[in-house]
Amino acid sequence: MADRIIKIKINSKEISCKHHETVLHAAKRAGIYIPTLCDDDRLEAYGGCRLCLVHVKGVPRPLPACTTPVADRMEVTTETDSIRKIRKNIIELLLSNHPNDCMRCEATGDCTLQDLSYEYGADGTRFAGEKWDLPIREDNPFITYDPNKCILCGRCTRICNEVVMAGTISLTGRGFNAMPDTSFGQPRSLKNCEFCGQCVSTCPTGALTDKKGKGKGRAYELTKVRTTCSYCGTGCNFDLNVKDGRVVKVTSAYDAPVNHGNLCVKGRYGYDFIHSFERIRKPLVRKGDKFKEVSWDEALEYVAQKFKSLLKKYGPSAVGAFSSSRCTNEENFLISKLVRTVFRSNNVDNCARV
Amino acid sequence: MPTKTKLRGPEISDLMIKVCVGTGGLAAGSREVIEEFDRQLRSKGIRATIVKKCVNKTGCRGFCARDVLVDVIRNGRPDTYELVTADRVARIVEEHIVQGEPVQEWLVGPEYHDFHDKQTKILLRQCGQIDPEDIEAYIAIRGYKGAKKSLALDPYEVIEEVRLSGLRGRGGAGFLTGMKWEFCRKSPGDPKYIICNADEGDPGAFMDRSIIEGNPHAVIEGMIIGGYAVGANLGYVYIRAEYPLAVERLKIALDQARKKNFLGKKIFRSEYDFDIKIKLGAGAFVCGESTALMRSIEGERGLPRPTPPRSVTKGLWGKPTALNNVETLANVPLIMSKGGKWFATFGTPKNTGTKVFALTGKVKNTGLIEVPLGIPLKEIIFDIGGGVEKNRSLKAVQTGGPSGGCIPASHIDMPVDFDSLSRIGSMMGSGGMVVMDETTCMVDMSKFFLAFTESESCGKCVPCRIGTKRMLEILERITEGRGRKNDIDLLIELGTDIKLASLCGLGRSAPNPVLSTIQFFREEYEAHIHDGVCPSRVCKALRQYTVSEELCRMCGKCFRACPSEAIAWEKKQKAVIDRTKCIKCGACYDACPFDAIL
Ligand SMILES: Cc1cc2nc3c(=O)[nH]c(=O)nc-3n(C[C@H](O)[C@H](O)[C@H](O)COP(=O)(O)O)c2cc1C
Ligand code: SF4
Ligand code: SF4
Ligand code: SF4
Repeated sequence: MADRIIKIKINSKEISCKHHETVLHAAKRAGIYIPTLCDDDRLEAYGGCRLCLVHVKGVPRPLPACTTPVADRMEVTTETDSIRKIRKNIIELLLSNHPNDCMRCEATGDCTLQDLSYEYGADGTRFAGEKWDLPIREDNPFITYDPNKCILCGRCTRICNEVVMAGTISLTGRGFNAMPDTSFGQPRSLKNCEFCGQCVSTCPTGALTDKKGKGKGRAYELTKVRTTCSYCGTGCNFDLNVKDGRVVKVTSAYDAPVNHGNLCVKGRYGYDFIHSFERIRKPLVRKGDKFKEVSWDEALEYVAQKFKSLLKKYGPSAVGAFSSSRCTNEENFLISKLVRTVFRSNNVDNCARV
Repeated sequence: MPTKTKLRGPEISDLMIKVCVGTGGLAAGSREVIEEFDRQLRSKGIRATIVKKCVNKTGCRGFCARDVLVDVIRNGRPDTYELVTADRVARIVEEHIVQGEPVQEWLVGPEYHDFHDKQTKILLRQCGQIDPEDIEAYIAIRGYKGAKKSLALDPYEVIEEVRLSGLRGRGGAGFLTGMKWEFCRKSPGDPKYIICNADEGDPGAFMDRSIIEGNPHAVIEGMIIGGYAVGANLGYVYIRAEYPLAVERLKIALDQARKKNFLGKKIFRSEYDFDIKIKLGAGAFVCGESTALMRSIEGERGLPRPTPPRSVTKGLWGKPTALNNVETLANVPLIMSKGGKWFATFGTPKNTGTKVFALTGKVKNTGLIEVPLGIPLKEIIFDIGGGVEKNRSLKAVQTGGPSGGCIPASHIDMPVDFDSLSRIGSMMGSGGMVVMDETTCMVDMSKFFLAFTESESCGKCVPCRIGTKRMLEILERITEGRGRKNDIDLLIELGTDIKLASLCGLGRSAPNPVLSTIQFFREEYEAHIHDGVCPSRVCKALRQYTVSEELCRMCGKCFRACPSEAIAWEKKQKAVIDRTKCIKCGACYDACPFDAIL
C-alpha cells in the first residue's frame, strides 16, 4: 500500500507518484511550475496563501496543490482563466496591504511577491484600503523585521517551531491584524531566540532580512560560492555571497544533502572572521620567541621531521594527536589513520566532549 | 439553594409552582420571585413544591420578553403567569392558591399559546420539564435508557440505528451523523475520540447553551452512545468560557453520571470504559471550525488546517475523531430509545427530525423555537412568530448566522431545511433566524455581519484575511455615501473569489450575506451608490433631513440641538434645514418631539 505507484496527469503530462505525495510535490518533480508563497520543502504543508490552487477534473472548487494528495488517474490543470484570476486577486489583495517600496527594499530581486506581481501584472490599487503602518523592528543584532512587508505566509513561525523548535515567534492577533511576533512583542534576544536566522532564510519577502548584509549588494550582484561550514563536523553546506571579492552574507543551500538549507547562528552569521585582519593566513614556525612565516612545504617538512625524531628517540607511545570537532568526520578519520598506521600509536583523541 | 422546597402545612393537593430561572429569568428577578413565593406560602402554612423550571431563558418558554414566567399547577392543571415580579406574588398566592381563582389579567395571552402550540418540541420539551442539576430527574423521563440499550448492541448496530434516523449534523453543514460515525469507527488508529462542539460563537445564537443548561445529561448520554459507536474511550466537550452556567451544570451532571457509573470504567456494568473532559474555549469564533477546535484542544493557536485528511481519520492528536454539535448529540438518546424510524417521522425524508432556531429581529414573538425540518418559512414567521412587529411588511429573513444569507419575502413559502437553504444561497448554520422589515437596510445589515466575520478571521489565508477586510471597507464607504460606480461588481468579484479560494468554512461563507443581498436587493445598493439615498433611512450619512411642514409645531428644539447652525427657526415659525450646512449628525431628528424631522 505505502509504496503503491499512482499515475496522475498534470497539464496532460503523465506523472508517476508515490502514495501520499501532494500534487505540488509531484508537479515540482516533473518540472511543472505552480506558484506559491507559503510552501517550503523544510516545512509541513500549510495551505495558507491559496496561490497554488489548481483545477482537478471532476471537482467543482479549486484545490490547493500543496495539501491535496495525489489520487490515481487524477487530472490536474495548473492554469485556467478562473484560477489565474483568483491568483491575481490574491496577489492584488496582498499588495493592497504592502508598502510597495521595492526600490529600496533589501529583498528586491530575491522576493517571491515581487516576482508574482510581475508575472501576474498585479498591483494593489483596485483594493486599496487601510494599510499597516507599524514600526520596523531593529531590536536585535542580526534580524530586521519589517511587519509592513509581511504577507503572513507563516513560514517564519513554522520554521521556528517545526524545525528549530525554539518557539520564539508565533502568529499573534486576528484577522487583518494578525502577524508573526514574539510573545508580548519582546525583542528577539538571547533569552528567547537562537539567532539561527532560519526565519530569515524562509521569508519570501523583505519582511525578515539579515541586518549584516543590509545595503551590501542586490541578489543579482552577488556571486554564490558553495562551501561547507567550518564550525563543526556536521558538514552543513551554504552559499557565501560574494561581491567585489568580499563575503557580504550567507544564504541557505536548499539542495545541500546534510542540512537542506538549515543552518545555525554560527554558519549563517559567524562569517566575520573571513575578512578579519587578525586571521592567520600563512603557516608560522616559532624561531626563538618569534613566529616566522614559512611556506606550507617548509612547515609540513618541519613537523614531519620533529615527529620522526621523537618516534626514533622515545618510541610511538611518546607521540599522539588531538583532533578538533570542527573537523569533518573524514578529517578526523584521516588523523586517526595517520596516528595508528604511520605513528603506530593509539594516542589519538578529539576535543568533542558533552 | 435547594431545588425543591417542601413546606409543611395544610394540604392543598398536588400543588406545584414552577419558576423560570434561566439566564433570562434570573435577569428578570426570578430568584426574588422564588423567595417571595416561599415566604408567602410559609406564612399561610401551605405546603407546595417550588421547582426551578426551565433553567434557561427558552427551553420551555421561548418567551424571553415575558420573563419571569411562572406556572401554578393545581391538580395537574397548569396556569401560566407572565411578567411576574416579587410584588405580584402575594396576590397570586391569595387569589389563585388560597381562593382557587387565577389572576386572569396576569395570565399569558393567546400569543403565548400560539407560540408554543405550533412548535414540535422533542428536545426543548425535556429541557423545560426537568431539573438539570438532578440526574434522577433525567432518569425519571427515561434518561440513559438509550445508552444502556446501545451498550448491549454491537457498535455497528448503533450506527445503523442512527443512520436509519437520517439525523444530520446540527452544527451547520448537515453531514449525516451515522455516516460520520461509521467513517470514524472504520478508520484505523487508536485511541479514538468523540468531541461535542459547544463553541456556539454566532452572535445571537444560544440554542446549544440552552440545551446544556436545560438538559446536560442528554448531551452526555449522546456522547456515551457516540463514543461507544465510534470506539472512543474519551470524549471532550469544547465549550466557550462565556457560558459559565452551562459549564457549571455540565460539571455537576458529569459528577453525578460518574457516581452512577454512567461514566468511568466498565460503565453500565458493561466492558466499556468512557469518560468526558471539559475544555474551555477562549471565545474565538473560528475555534468552532472542526480542525481549529482540535488544535485548540491540543493547546495550539486555533488555526484551521486544510482537509484531507478529515478529522474522522486524523483528528485530535492525529487520531480518528468524531466531532458533533450539541443539538446533534442531544437527539441521539431519543433515537436510541425510541428508534431511528420514530425520529424519521419528524421532518421530511432527507431532513428528518426537528431543529431549534433562535427567532429574532422584527418579529412579534422572539425566542428559541423548535420545529420539524421542512416546515415552510411562512409558518415560522407568521404562525409561531406572530408576524412582523408593528404590522409592518416583511422584507427578508436572514438565516444561518453571520455567514448565512438573506431570503427575500417573495420566497416565504420555501421549506426550511438544509438543502433548500443552501440552494437559495443561505444556510442552516447554527440556526439563527433574523426577521427584517422595511426599516432594515440590507447594505447596513450585511456590513454588520461581515464586520463580525472579518474580525473573527484567523488570519491564516489571504482571501479571508484581506478580502473580507476590503469588502467591509467597500460596504463602509457605500453606507457612508462614498460608494463608487463599480463597487457592486467589485463586491461580487471579491465575494466569489473569497468563497472559492478560502481555506475553511469561515472564509468560504463569509461573503454570503453580501452576495445574497446583492442578488435580491441590488437596487438598494444602487440607490446608496448612484442616488445617495438609503431607502430604509438607516444609513445616517445618506439621510437628507427635512422638516415636515405638516408636523412641525414650531417648538424650536431642533434649532437648539443642531451643532452646525443649519436650522433656521424663529418663534412661531416652522423650522427649515439648510442642506449645505447640515452635517447629518441626526441631532435634530433625535430632538424633535413630534417626529417632524424626516
Ligand atoms: C467558522 C466556523 C464556526 C463553527 N462554529 C460551530 C459551532 O459553534 N458549533 C458547532 O456545533 N459547529 C460549528 N461549526 C461547524 C463545525 O465545524 C462542525 O461541522 C460541526 O461541529 C460538526 O458537527 P455536526 O456534524 O453534529 O453538525 C463551525 C464551522 C465553521 C467553519
Ligand atoms: S532566528 Fe531562529 S530561533 Fe530566532 S526567531 Fe528566527 S528561526 Fe526562531
Ligand atoms: S515575516 Fe516573512 S516568513 Fe514570516 S510570515 Fe511574514 S512574510 Fe512569511
Ligand atoms: S478562511 Fe479565514 S478563518 Fe478560515 S483559515 Fe482562512 S483566514 Fe482562517
